[in-house]
Amino acid sequence: MTEKLTVKKIIEGYNKKEFSVSEISGKYYKKIEEEDKKYNSFITLNSSFLKESEDSQAKYQANTNNLLEGVPIGVKDNILVKDILCTCASKILSNFVSPYNATVIDRLKSVGVNFIGKTNMDEFAMGSTTENSFYGATKNPVNVDYVPGGSSGGSASCVAAGFVPAALGSDTGGSVRQPASFCGIVGYKPSYGLLSRYGLVAYGSSLDQIGTLTNTCEDAAILVKYMKGVDRNDSTSSNINPLNIDDFKQIDLKNKKIGIIRETIGENTDKRISQLILETTKKFQKYGATVEEVTIPALEYSVSIYYIIAPAEASSNLARYDGIRYGLRTTKKDVDAKTIFTETRKDGFGEEVKKRILIGNFVLSSGYYDAYYKKAQKARILLSEQFRESFAKYDFLITPTSPVLPFKIGEGVNNPLALYVADLCTIPANLSGLPAVSIPVGKVDGLPVGMQIMAKRFDDGLLLGVGEFIQKNITDGDK
Amino acid sequence: MSDKRHIDIDKLINLGSFEVSNEEKKQFEAGIEDFLKYAEVINSAPCNDLQPASHAIQKDAFLRDDNAKIWEHMEGLLKNAPILEGTSFLVPPQKGRTGKEKEVQENLSIKEVEDYETVIGLEVHAHLKTHSKLFCSCPTEFGNAPNANTCPVCTGQPGVLPVLNKESVNMAILAGIAVNCKINKKSVFARKNYFYPDLPKAYQISQFEEPICSGGWVEIEVDGVSKKIKLNRIHMEEDAGKMVHVGAPGIWGSKASAVDYNRSSVPLIEIVTEPDISTAKEAKEYVIMLRAILVSLGICDGNLEEGSLRCDANISIRPRGTKTLGVKTEIKNMNSFKAIERAIDFEVERQKKLKKLGLPIEQETRLWDESSQKTFLMRSKEESHDYRYFPDPDLLPLTLTDELIDSLRKKVGESPLDKKRKYQKDYNLTEEESKLMMVNPEYANYFEETLKLYNNPKNIANWFFNEILSYITQEFDKFHITADDFASFLKKIDSNEISGKIGKSVIRKAFDNKKSLMEIIETEGVKQITDTKEIENLIDSILNANQDKVAEYKSGKVKLFGFFVGEIMKQSKGKANPQVVNDILKGKIG
Ligand SMILES: [Zn+2]
Repeated sequence: MTEKLTVKKIIEGYNKKEFSVSEISGKYYKKIEEEDKKYNSFITLNSSFLKESEDSQAKYQANTNNLLEGVPIGVKDNILVKDILCTCASKILSNFVSPYNATVIDRLKSVGVNFIGKTNMDEFAMGSTTENSFYGATKNPVNVDYVPGGSSGGSASCVAAGFVPAALGSDTGGSVRQPASFCGIVGYKPSYGLLSRYGLVAYGSSLDQIGTLTNTCEDAAILVKYMKGVDRNDSTSSNINPLNIDDFKQIDLKNKKIGIIRETIGENTDKRISQLILETTKKFQKYGATVEEVTIPALEYSVSIYYIIAPAEASSNLARYDGIRYGLRTTKKDVDAKTIFTETRKDGFGEEVKKRILIGNFVLSSGYYDAYYKKAQKARILLSEQFRESFAKYDFLITPTSPVLPFKIGEGVNNPLALYVADLCTIPANLSGLPAVSIPVGKVDGLPVGMQIMAKRFDDGLLLGVGEFIQKNITDGDK
Repeated sequence: MSDKRHIDIDKLINLGSFEVSNEEKKQFEAGIEDFLKYAEVINSAPCNDLQPASHAIQKDAFLRDDNAKIWEHMEGLLKNAPILEGTSFLVPPQKGRTGKEKEVQENLSIKEVEDYETVIGLEVHAHLKTHSKLFCSCPTEFGNAPNANTCPVCTGQPGVLPVLNKESVNMAILAGIAVNCKINKKSVFARKNYFYPDLPKAYQISQFEEPICSGGWVEIEVDGVSKKIKLNRIHMEEDAGKMVHVGAPGIWGSKASAVDYNRSSVPLIEIVTEPDISTAKEAKEYVIMLRAILVSLGICDGNLEEGSLRCDANISIRPRGTKTLGVKTEIKNMNSFKAIERAIDFEVERQKKLKKLGLPIEQETRLWDESSQKTFLMRSKEESHDYRYFPDPDLLPLTLTDELIDSLRKKVGESPLDKKRKYQKDYNLTEEESKLMMVNPEYANYFEETLKLYNNPKNIANWFFNEILSYITQEFDKFHITADDFASFLKKIDSNEISGKIGKSVIRKAFDNKKSLMEIIETEGVKQITDTKEIENLIDSILNANQDKVAEYKSGKVKLFGFFVGEIMKQSKGKANPQVVNDILKGKIG
C-alpha cells in the first residue's frame, strides 16, 4: 500500500480485488493507532470501524457492494455520526453521543462509506490553527513544529499523514481550504446549499458548508456526488445539480478566462506566496487560458463583515449549550436554574468561544445592531454584487489560499487579529455562497502553499474539473 | 459610531450567560475593543442603499407538508440528559423569579385626583390547530407522556435545522384575512434570544421586523355600540416547552422543575393590537370576538384555560384628553375572559392609586394571580431582556404568491359579528341568543347545521338555549348530540309524536346516558301513543272504573273532564297524545 491512496484508486483496487477492505482498513487503523500520537488528528476512533469494514468486505464477496463500499474516511468532530461522540472539541460536549446522523453521513453510509473516526478541530470551528481544542492542538504532518491550520486541522492532518484517503470538514470562513493549504492537500468548499447542513453543528449558519479534504480534486467530486442534493431537513439546501459532478472529467484550460484578484497578492501577502501563485497562473496561458488581474474593491471589508456576522450567528447558535438536555452540567451544589447556565457555560467553553459570543452579543445588542450587524449584512451584498460582476467576465478567480505561511505552534496565540486578517482570501467565498477549492502549488521554506480557485455559484463540477487538470498537468510536476 | 461606542462588558457577559473572573473580564474587554476598532472599517463601505439580507443567495424557502410523525429514537435524546425525572429533564428552581415589590406608604400626601383615561394594547397568542409542529414533524396533540412528542429539532439538539410547516402559514394568512390585515408577500423569521429552561435553543423563532400580516382591525360591540379595534400586526412563532414544578405547588418556592418539550415548537400566531382599547370591558369583548373569529376559521380551538389562547395586556393611564402615552405595565397570566377584565381593572386602579400618592409608575411586567385577584411584580425594567433579534439564517424569507392569498381569501366565511346580526334580523333571535351564537362559533355551526335539516330557527333556538345548553356546565364544552339528531327530535315534537314535556326528559336522559336523542326515544319507549284504538281502550277502562264520576260529569260537573284526562295521562305514563285523548273523550262523554 502506497503512502497516499486516493478514493478512486481504493475503489478500483477493491473492484479488481487488488486488495480487500479489511486489509486496507486494518492498515489505516493500525497506522493511526501507531502514529497519530505525533499529530493528534483524531478525537475519537470509531470502535466498530473494523467490524463495519469486514461487513463491507463480505459485500464485495457477495457482489452486493455499494458504489463507495468500504471507503474509509475521517469526519470532523462537528458532524454528527449516530451513536458516536460528537464533541466539537469542546469540554461542553465532551460527553455528547450523537442521537442521529447528519444528512451527508446518512448519504455516504448508504453508498457503503465507513467512518474511521472523528477528527480534531478548533472548538466549535472557531479558529484557524486547531490549537483551540479541549483535546490539545493538532500538528502539521509536514512539519510538527507548525500548526495544520484550522479549524478542520484534524481532517487535513489525517489526510496529509496518510491515515485516510479523505476526510470531511466544515468551512465557515476558510476552515477547509486553509488547513488543506497548510498541509499540502486539496480542500474544497462547495457552493452554499449544495450540501445539507443538517447534522453539522452550527457556527455561522449563513456561512457554514461541509467540505472535503482529499488528495485530488477528483476525489472531492466523487464524495460530493453522493452527498449533494436537496434535503427536506435543510431549508437552505438546493436541488440544483452542478455540471460535471455526476460524470466527472478533467476540464482543460482552453479558452478559459481567469482572473487573479489583485487585492490578495498585494502588500499584505507574503511575497514568496504571491510569486508562486503568479508563476503557476503564468503556465495556464500555455494551455490556452487568458489570465488577467482583476480587482474586487469591497474585498477590504470582507474580514470585518465576516467577524461581525459569524460571531453574531454563533452567539445565538451556541446558546443552546446550557446543561439541561445534554452535554456538560456543572456539578456545583445548591444552584438555581440560572446558575446551571452560567456555571456550565463558564466551565464548558474555551476563551476564544467566549470572546466570539461576547462580540456577537455586542453587534446584535440594542443600540449597535444597525451600525454593526445590519451594516455588515449590507456590505455582504455589496461584496457579492462585485463577485457577480466579475464572474460575468471570468470563468474562475484565483487567489492564494492563505496570505501567510503556516504559523508555528503558539505563534498566533498572542495576536488574534493577525489570525483573523489571514482569513482574507477564503472569507469572500463564504460571504457570497461561492464554491472554492485550494490545491497545493508548491512549497516555500519547506512549507506547503495552496492556491485557491473560485467559481460561480453551482459551477462546482467545473471548478473541480479545472482543479484536477491543473493538478495533473501543472502543479504535480513542480513538486 | 466609534466615538459613541461603549462596551458594557457586564451586560455582554450576562447576555452570554457565563461567569468570568475580573481579570478575564479585562482581557475580553480589551480584545473586543481591538476587534471593534478593526471591524469599523466597514463604516466606509458604500452600501447604505443596499437591502440587508442574511444570505447572499436568492432562493425561496421550501415548506413542509403538515404530516405528523413520531420520532422513534427518543431514548437517544434522553440518554444524553444530565438528570432525568421519568422522561422529563430536571432543573433546579428559578430563583429570584419575582421582583421585589416597592412598599407603598399609605400615609403619603394624596395628590389632587385627576381624571385619567386608560390605554390598553393586547397581545393574544393563539395555538394553531396543525397536525405537526411549526418547524418539525412532531405531533402537536396534548396529553402524551413528557417528551413523547419530541425530536432532535424541537429539543434543540446540536446540528438541527428548522423547516417551516406549510399549513401553519396558510392558517396565519386566514387569520390575517379575517381581521382585515395586509398580507405581506415577504416575511422574515427572526431569532429572539434569551435563556430559559423551557426554551431548548435559547432562542425562539418568531417574526420581528417583517411579520406575515400588518395592520387590520377587529369590530366589537360594547353595550350595543360598535368599535373597530386597530391591529398592529400578526406574526408567527413557535411555543416554548412546559415546566412542571416538582415539589411545592405553584410557581414560587418549589424544589425543582421537570421540563417537558412536547409543546416546544407548537405553532402560534401572535395578534397585536395598537394601544386602541379604552376599558377592561372592551378588552374582554375584543378577546371574545377574536376567539370567535379564530375558532370559526377552524384554526384554533380557543381554549383559554388550557392555554391554546393566551392574552397579555399593556396598560397605561394618562390625564384625559392628553396625547402622550403614560408608562405602561405588562400583565401576564390571565386565563379566562373574567380574568382579563378583572386584571385590567385591578391594574388601572393600582396605577391610579400610585398617581394619587404622587408615586411614579414603573415600566414592569406583572403577573395576574387568580387566587388573590391581584397583580404581582414579575420583573422590572432593569431586568428586562435585550432579545437581540436578528433574521434566522436557517430560514430563508417566506414569500407568498397572490394565487395562494386569493385562494385562502375564498375560504374565509361570514364573520361572527355578521352572523350575529343575521340571526337577529333574519331569524328573530334575541340579542342575547344571537350573541351567544357569535361568541361560540361551535354553537353557530350547530345551529346552522340543524337549520339545514329543520327550517324553524326560533324553535331551534328555544330548545337549544333553554334545554341543550342547560346541560353544558362549562363554557365552550363539547356536547355529543349531533345536528342531525337534534333536527329529527324537533320534527317529532312538531308532529306531536312526543310531547314537549317528554321532550325535555328525553334531552336530560340523553345527557345522563351519553346517548343520542333518537336512541332514548327508541329504547325508553317515550314515543307518544297516537294510535286511537289504543287510547280508546285506555279511556274505556278508565270510564268503566269511575262510573260514579261519569255520572257526576253528565249531571253538570264539567270540571271533571280534567280529572279524566289526568287519569288517562297517568295510566299512559304521559305518552298518550293529549289532543287525541281530548277528541276521543269528548266523543265518549259528550
Ligand atoms: Zn420535533
